[in-house]
Amino acid sequence: MYRTALYPIYQEYQGKLVEFAGYEMPAQYDSGVKGEHLWCREHAGLFDVSHMGQAWLVAQSGSQVDALAAMEELVGADLQALSPGKQQYTQLLNDRGGILDDLIITRCEKYSDRLYTVVNAACKERDFAYIEEKLAGRVRLEHLEERALIALQGPEAVSVAQKYFPGVEQQSFMTWQIFAWNVPPASAALEAAKVEVYISRSGYTGEDGVEISVPNEYALTLARLLLAEPAVKPMGLGARDSLRLEAGLCLYGADMDETTSPIEAGLQWSIGKRRRTAGADNFAGAEVILRQITERPSRKRVGLDIQGKAPCRAGVAVYGENDEKLGEVCSGVLSPSLEKPIAMAYVKASHIAIGTAVWLELRGKRIPAKVCKMPFIAPKYAK
Amino acid sequence: MTKYTEEHEWIRLEESGFAAVGITEHAQEQLGELVYVELPEVGSQFAKGECTGVVESTKTASDINAPLDCEIVEINSPLEDEPELVNRDAEGQGWLYKIKIQNSSQFEELLDEDPV
Repeated sequence: MYRTALYPIYQEYQGKLVEFAGYEMPAQYDSGVKGEHLWCREHAGLFDVSHMGQAWLVAQSGSQVDALAAMEELVGADLQALSPGKQQYTQLLNDRGGILDDLIITRCEKYSDRLYTVVNAACKERDFAYIEEKLAGRVRLEHLEERALIALQGPEAVSVAQKYFPGVEQQSFMTWQIFAWNVPPASAALEAAKVEVYISRSGYTGEDGVEISVPNEYALTLARLLLAEPAVKPMGLGARDSLRLEAGLCLYGADMDETTSPIEAGLQWSIGKRRRTAGADNFAGAEVILRQITERPSRKRVGLDIQGKAPCRAGVAVYGENDEKLGEVCSGVLSPSLEKPIAMAYVKASHIAIGTAVWLELRGKRIPAKVCKMPFIAPKYAK
Repeated sequence: MTKYTEEHEWIRLEESGFAAVGITEHAQEQLGELVYVELPEVGSQFAKGECTGVVESTKTASDINAPLDCEIVEINSPLEDEPELVNRDAEGQGWLYKIKIQNSSQFEELLDEDPV
């Protein structure tokens, strides 16, 4: 298994280790998944997300707009409308309108010949090969393997971050900036190193917060500085999952895959308006996707508000009032914030209206549920 | 006196004549933080090995099977809102339910120690 630069932190804080996407990662620390989750919503949580794939997408022409236009062939977002420093959430698509991965694409302000992107750990090899192949000659991909990625999320995250990166509190939601960081030296006799960190005001929890890209050799120093703050606790994959689920955010592999389109996944908002009218060959899978926008897909990802106390996880079957099978849960958890089970499920189009009564079959029992809005809790993103 | 099953459950005879049933310290550690406990109905009867309920953690769900032929006489209701009680005190306050033993020779056949 691979280890990120932050592996020593897992040891120091007694993380319970599991395998994830080929990496040895902490599922949780001492406080437990629920404790970590609630702490993040009240204070701040630090997540090691260095296993994810970071890359520059460099325009061979030297001009950023060419990289944006080229990437538009692989995603449905309006990338050319991004102003410098802005980020966009979108999905890499295949020719059938299926999702290969979800990712964030950033129009870098400081370096005007390139974009920056982060993709999922489990898909990074495939994603990067796909981009390189499809955009050969126009975009050169530089995998930033020597950089770690640390997420600091929660209502107190930015006030902690601004102590080390003053000005980050001014950054608006979904923007990305490069900061020059003077790394505190190990001793007064040494010179401080000056390092570039990339900070985005975004995350995967529904809270305000940042994600900080830092070179591997300074990652532990940064993590330890942040963890020394009383407001900050280390958090594992378990809390990461329950936080994102409450925030209505998809997990690739669970809530979407190559057999789901962005429309079925409820991500129509990420397909740019201009892209919808530019014709059926202006992005991979456009023909299928544009048709689904007009004709509505036959199934859709919805939120479920579930009675009782039992978590209903992926694979649990969903039925209509007449016992017709409507679909299955794709992600489910006992929500620590709401103290009730919540789930996402793909359900037949006939039953997606908010308030629709359904039932789930769990260990031979019928559990009543209702289709509900997502996110399940109100997000607290920065403006 | 307390006996154990292969599946890391304990069963303890009480002065009342009934027996309390729970999962062992080893079992709760393996499962991790519990998020849900499903208990049987009071009055229901089970044969040895039949599924009486479930304990579910963030990682996995585990069936709780009847350690011997029994009838449920009491359940530990606080576990519905506080499943973590099982993690905190698996062999004490975290008991799952109490039973009337219907076949005492089965009790004798159980293990004297949790097979870890």
